Amino acid sequence: MHEWALAEAVIAATSEIARKEGLIEVREVKIRVGELQQIERDILEFALSQLKPFKLKSAKFIIEIVKAELKCRACGHKWFFKKEELDESTAEAIHFVPEIAHTYIKCPKCGSPDFEILEGRGVWLESISGVK
Amino acid sequence: MSDPRISIIDERMRGINRIIAVSSGKGGVGKSLVATTFALTLAKKGFSVGLFDLDFTSPSTHIILGIEDVQPKEEKGIVPPTVHGVEYMSIIYYSRDHVSPLRGADVSNALIELLSITKWGELDFLVIDMPPGIGDATLDLIRLIKNIEFIIVTTPSQLAFETVRKLASLLKELKITVLGVIENMKMNNSRTIKQQTTKLKVKLLEEIPYDPKVEKAIGNTNKLLTTILAKKVGNISLLDIQKPKKRQSATYI
Repeated sequence: MHEWALAEAVIAATSEIARKEGLIEVREVKIRVGELQQIERDILEFALSQLKPFKLKSAKFIIEIVKAELKCRACGHKWFFKKEELDESTAEAIHFVPEIAHTYIKCPKCGSPDFEILEGRGVWLESISGVK
Repeated sequence: MSDPRISIIDERMRGINRIIAVSSGKGGVGKSLVATTFALTLAKKGFSVGLFDLDFTSPSTHIILGIEDVQPKEEKGIVPPTVHGVEYMSIIYYSRDHVSPLRGADVSNALIELLSITKWGELDFLVIDMPPGIGDATLDLIRLIKNIEFIIVTTPSQLAFETVRKLASLLKELKITVLGVIENMKMNNSRTIKQQTTKLKVKLLEEIPYDPKVEKAIGNTNKLLTTILAKKVGNISLLDIQKPKKRQSATYI
């Protein structure tokens, strides 16, 4: 499960920001996860709780899943990613490397593989709050 | 908002002694063959080696290695399988034999994703097969990987070397180590590339003659290791490569 690898990245980035900002205690970390990533929320939450170091002991991680919206660069059509329309191995490939979506997904209107991921890709640290 | 994946890349690379990007200014100079053969010859010498195919839109090292039905393991990240003695990572595990039409930003994102989730073992060398030219992947690697070093492959053509000159100049300007240039597919005794590299103050690591046997060895690593290409690439390790310097370890909180 690569949720663990991403959780490690979140912990490392949070620790780095907390150190730079001089936070002695981190209380809340808001994370936005793109739907294209197809993260298992429970695993990510568990990994974060297991990996957090002493300095982040009281930090609460709030995870928001962002719907994946795609826009065709050829015809301008916008649509939402639907995991259920993909077979299991394709969905898994996109889970590991979301850009692989360009390999398997095409614009439902004109068939072009040249589309933009408007939202719903990647893992982002939205905000960190704590005590200085 | 910040991308947390960037913060873990140093940690992922910490167990790797030297990271060598095999690059070229233009396509079609034999870069992937040189990169793959370089990784195989280092492994044959007893070094622990990884090979990472970063040519996302035109990956080919898997064909050179002749791999089929190999997949990375999932272990709190992705552990690359060992193929012919080399830890091997490529986007083809996910794109299979389909085309991956990626734009620049997508290339960057896929690169960051793979760098942040791939768990390499303790390696003496990680050889990276770069996409040709000075594009997003090159700029991202320079930005994200500390102490990356470059080998640039060219052919005797002045057209290929002109792009080498530009790439080498950029790397030198950015204070990135250029280990040297490999002249591949040499058809005669021309000294042009030797003179040009001297002028550029870059070492000419090897001159590899055109060897028709190489094409027939694609997909068969035992055969590939008997070619003149492998012999010449194997010679590279004499001065620059044999004493690995320890990469700076990254700060990880």
